[in-house]
Amino acid sequence: MKPILLLAIPLGKAFEANVADYFDISTDMTPRAGVEALVTVGNIVTDGPFMDGFPNLKIIACFGSGYENIDITAAKLRNIKVTNTVGANASTVADLAVGLLLASMRNIVYGDQNIRAGQWRGNLARMLFTPSVTGRHIGIIGMGAIGRKIGERMAGFETKIGYFNRSMKVDLRWRYFPSALKLATWADVLIIAHRADDSNRHMVNAEVIKALGKEGHIINIAHGNAIDEDALIAALKDGTIAGAGLDVFQGEPNVRPEFLQLNNVVLTPHIGGGTREAFAAMSAAVVNNIMAMAKGRALPNEVT
Amino acid sequence: MKPTLLLAIPLGKAFEQNFTDRYEVSADMTPRSGVEVLVTIGAIGADGTFMDGFPDLKLISCFGSGYESVDLTAAKARGIKVTNTVGANAATVADLAVGLLLASMRHVVYGDQQIRAGHWRGKNMAKVLFTPSVTGRKIGIIGLGAIGRKIGERMAAFETEVGYFNRSKKDDVNWQYFSTPLELAEWADVLIIAHRADETNRHMINAAMMKALGPEGHIVNISRGSAIDEDALIAALQDGTIAGAGLDVFEDEPNVRPEFLTLPNVVLTPHIGGGTREAFAAMSATVVANVYAMGDGKPLPNEVI
Repeated sequence: MKPILLLAIPLGKAFEANVADYFDISTDMTPRAGVEALVTVGNIVTDGPFMDGFPNLKIIACFGSGYENIDITAAKLRNIKVTNTVGANASTVADLAVGLLLASMRNIVYGDQNIRAGQWRGNLARMLFTPSVTGRHIGIIGMGAIGRKIGERMAGFETKIGYFNRSMKVDLRWRYFPSALKLATWADVLIIAHRADDSNRHMVNAEVIKALGKEGHIINIAHGNAIDEDALIAALKDGTIAGAGLDVFQGEPNVRPEFLQLNNVVLTPHIGGGTREAFAAMSAAVVNNIMAMAKGRALPNEVT
Repeated sequence: MKPTLLLAIPLGKAFEQNFTDRYEVSADMTPRSGVEVLVTIGAIGADGTFMDGFPDLKLISCFGSGYESVDLTAAKARGIKVTNTVGANAATVADLAVGLLLASMRHVVYGDQQIRAGHWRGKNMAKVLFTPSVTGRKIGIIGLGAIGRKIGERMAAFETEVGYFNRSKKDDVNWQYFSTPLELAEWADVLIIAHRADETNRHMINAAMMKALGPEGHIVNISRGSAIDEDALIAALQDGTIAGAGLDVFEDEPNVRPEFLTLPNVVLTPHIGGGTREAFAAMSATVVANVYAMGDGKPLPNEVI
């Protein structure tokens, strides 16, 4: 009899075919013996009592890079490994980050709104004498897989790249800043790409926003908690900064109604990782982690 | 007495101050002698009759890369040089081209519309979550002048394959060359229109090109509206012959075909490709350089022939 792989989220027939030789696949979350693998996502709560319901559980494989609601300590106590798919969607997320930057700085959504309203250009000075993307200082918060891909893409636009990260990356020649505030003081654009969690909630606060300055733009493809949304809304309204491009929100899928009325913010519904290539790469990474566990090999993406 | 420099378009006090030592700057277009320089734009231009009104005219300096309404033959016959500011706004135009590509392929405007309408991702989840990625795609550029090159450099940074059609193969780039636009469209996932569009290549992007591009294809146009057969494009966007488009230029701008306004798979911007203050400064500096060179009897940096 094969062990059971529990699917907390549907991943499609192609995924299931990849693990069917080793596992019986189930979506029945009833506590029981025989379940050795759980495939889930980081925002579904997976705590100690849940784990206790599955005494044979050996691996919790998260689809995506997040594992914020997986109790890592409880898993460790029970000898359960936790994996994610870090990096698998990095290119796709970086592409959207650059798309939001260009849309915000070059007024693409605002221009589209004006045309559809029959107004052609609307505010002429804003449309025709805006600062160019080329030549700007691009500040990236977080130099993980996504931050690097964003930097590589933005370097293609003849820009200067700087970053803040917990540690300086010795293999990069981009300028390092030891704090988000120092980066914001230097940068024209801040792109938020770090692993945002409760320990760094509201890293981008009123002070950082003010340091960026009135021609500044903020892009967030990381996590809604990274930004103090009250401060951001005030800054967009009073011209403390010029614009923002947001793919993530505090309390999503609910979006603060103030954002909906602003014409200097670009809003996308958390689609940063939303390509079929990223889905395929994340599925393959989950399969690799589960099969490594099944065959007693080192796990490619263990989270500790 | 100083010669006169005629400004067909207002370019601001700072621009005019570049010339006041050497020229009387005037916006009065009354035919007369003493006018040696005309600063204008390609869309306004100048014909032979106009030139005859200014017998001392030596230089027509176009602000921007266009010179479509300047009668080059008439200018040559009268010994008048014509210059433009080719390349000065290339980086700025290329930036918008990439922005339109990303907005179209990654549903930035569509996503924004859904959120503002209170729908979050909208009914079509597959469209926003399982779309083809930009990374890895084949990017086809029509026209490898200053703007096309800048687009290619930017898109190469997205881990894409870049190919191009141009009248001649460029020996100094290693991107794949295609000898016809149709062959490029068959190969490409995205077509970016960046050539000098004029009457000789009107509607280069026609129904056959769109069919060749295919149902996952996107078209970006930052060149000129006449480059695309808009009837064919509207039909292709409506029936799924291609997936989407990003357009900064239109056949009859500032009028935009009403069919575009209701389509969810097109991104529309109001001809802002060159619209940055850096591009404005670079184009101004180029006009100044050409006017000074003429005054000093030196070779003109951007003579159009």
